[in-house]
Amino acid sequence: MKRPRMSPSAYVWLLLAAVYFILPLYSTLDFSLKENKAGTPCCTLHNYGWVIHNGDFWHTIKISFILALETIVISLALFVPTIYLVHLRFPKLRPVLAFMALVPFVVPPIVMVVGLLKTFKWTPNWYFGTPWGFLATAYVILAFPYMYFSLDAGFRAIDVHTLTEASQNLGARWTTTLFRVILPNIRAAALAASFLTLAIVMGEFTIANLAAFHTFPIFLQYVNESQGFPAGALTLLSFLITWAAMLSLLLVGRKRGARGAIVPATR
Amino acid sequence: MADEGRRVGIATEAASGALRPGILSGRRRLPVAGLATLPFFVYATAFLFVPAFSVMVGAFQDKADHATFSNIRLLFHHPYIDAYWGSIRISLITAALGCVIGLFVAYAAIRDGTPRWIRSTLTTFSGVAANFGGIPLAFAFIATLGPLGVVTTWLRSRGWDITYQTPHFQISSERGIEVAYMYFQLPLMILVIAPAIDGLKREWREAAANLGAKQWQFWRHIGIPVLMPSFLGAFILLFGNAFAAYATAYSLDNGINIIPILIGDYYTGNVLNNPHIAQALAFGMFVVLAVMMVLYIPLQRRAARWAR
Repeated sequence: MKRPRMSPSAYVWLLLAAVYFILPLYSTLDFSLKENKAGTPCCTLHNYGWVIHNGDFWHTIKISFILALETIVISLALFVPTIYLVHLRFPKLRPVLAFMALVPFVVPPIVMVVGLLKTFKWTPNWYFGTPWGFLATAYVILAFPYMYFSLDAGFRAIDVHTLTEASQNLGARWTTTLFRVILPNIRAAALAASFLTLAIVMGEFTIANLAAFHTFPIFLQYVNESQGFPAGALTLLSFLITWAAMLSLLLVGRKRGARGAIVPATR
Repeated sequence: MADEGRRVGIATEAASGALRPGILSGRRRLPVAGLATLPFFVYATAFLFVPAFSVMVGAFQDKADHATFSNIRLLFHHPYIDAYWGSIRISLITAALGCVIGLFVAYAAIRDGTPRWIRSTLTTFSGVAANFGGIPLAFAFIATLGPLGVVTTWLRSRGWDITYQTPHFQISSERGIEVAYMYFQLPLMILVIAPAIDGLKREWREAAANLGAKQWQFWRHIGIPVLMPSFLGAFILLFGNAFAAYATAYSLDNGINIIPILIGDYYTGNVLNNPHIAQALAFGMFVVLAVMMVLYIPLQRRAARWAR
């Protein structure tokens, strides 16, 4: 059979898309290689040196990274047993969970943070005043749709009933079943969900800004406003983090629905 | 897709229930099973439903926490009503352009004749780019179309100065923000519509051709009706995506009059002195998005019919 030729209109559309998608990335790279002073046009790694020697950079990126890990741990601890039990014993609750995964569309971060600030104003400073308390609990909610769709697809792909029964018949306790039988089988889905959560937390600006926490995106915005060329290096680095997280996600398995949440959360 | 999974799930369950009735109905073996799902629901209630509810209540309260409609009434006056229009305008324009252009780009990548690697590159890139956004995205566009941007300086060297000759088009303007939003709208559209385009089976086209249908007749009677629910559903997703966006707009022009920026101003700059106005603004967003969701769910159901 003859392979059909690529149509000319397809060329045009794909070329336009490629230009639009690549140009901003190229411009950012171009900016990051410029010297802050006029006269020396191209190219210097000075801006990258500036980033590496900046204490605030290391401080904020550490906060965001630990925050991401904390969010991932809480989310997995909260969602894995629930979704497991819903698949095993309460299939009627599945539509309820699916509905709850749509709620963040109606309550986006900018609305959520208004409610959270109002609801938890009275709480002690160790919760309300630290990223590990207030921000982490908010980010678990942000991560929920991504975690849900990914884990749900993971559980759908395995035979929860047979695995559980086999494990129980061999005398395993519930903890053993969960940690040594179920968890290894949904590892790909859990990892995919974790990488997505990492990307979300490392880029989340809205809630951190309104609640006045100094995370990495806040630092990035501060540099954007104050010094253009180092901001290029920093932006590229931030893109790189997202790329790395998302590509790791693809590597751990192209499971259907791994990125099934309907709206990204870092706008 | 979801439906299929549910059916398989139910079938599996019925099968294991029929074969080994003792286990499924064996509540004795797992008396605390119900309790184990409790932490999740408690968490969701405490950190999602209660805060969302408190926004609704707060929108109808005055400073002394008495019930009032004055905040809501205020939403229909300057500058708040303009901010709603601003948000809706940006969302409609970027959703419409995103849907149409995204559809053509996705179709160009998927249709027969385009090499496979283009499709897989595009979907991988879209998966990543749909998660770009916020502050880094804004900077990338400042570096491209800002006053010192790569494209701006290139055009200037050719004698076209955006800053003076087209002052209404700058990256820190409504048009500019729309251009930047397209960077996450297009990938989202491509991700959402690709499965629907896959659903247009080649056999349908061949069958139509065998029956004597012309290209336009295939699209008029088969292609467009099949894609329509997915297309409209995607439009709603893109609308909500742009409507709720805060970080990108904030970084490009924190003076633009759209709802998320107004809400943010209250908390970061204390422009308003009544927190209930911020809550009313948030409530208004919630209402718009809730209407969108109500429209979305039936469209999604309808679209799922072909995506098998």
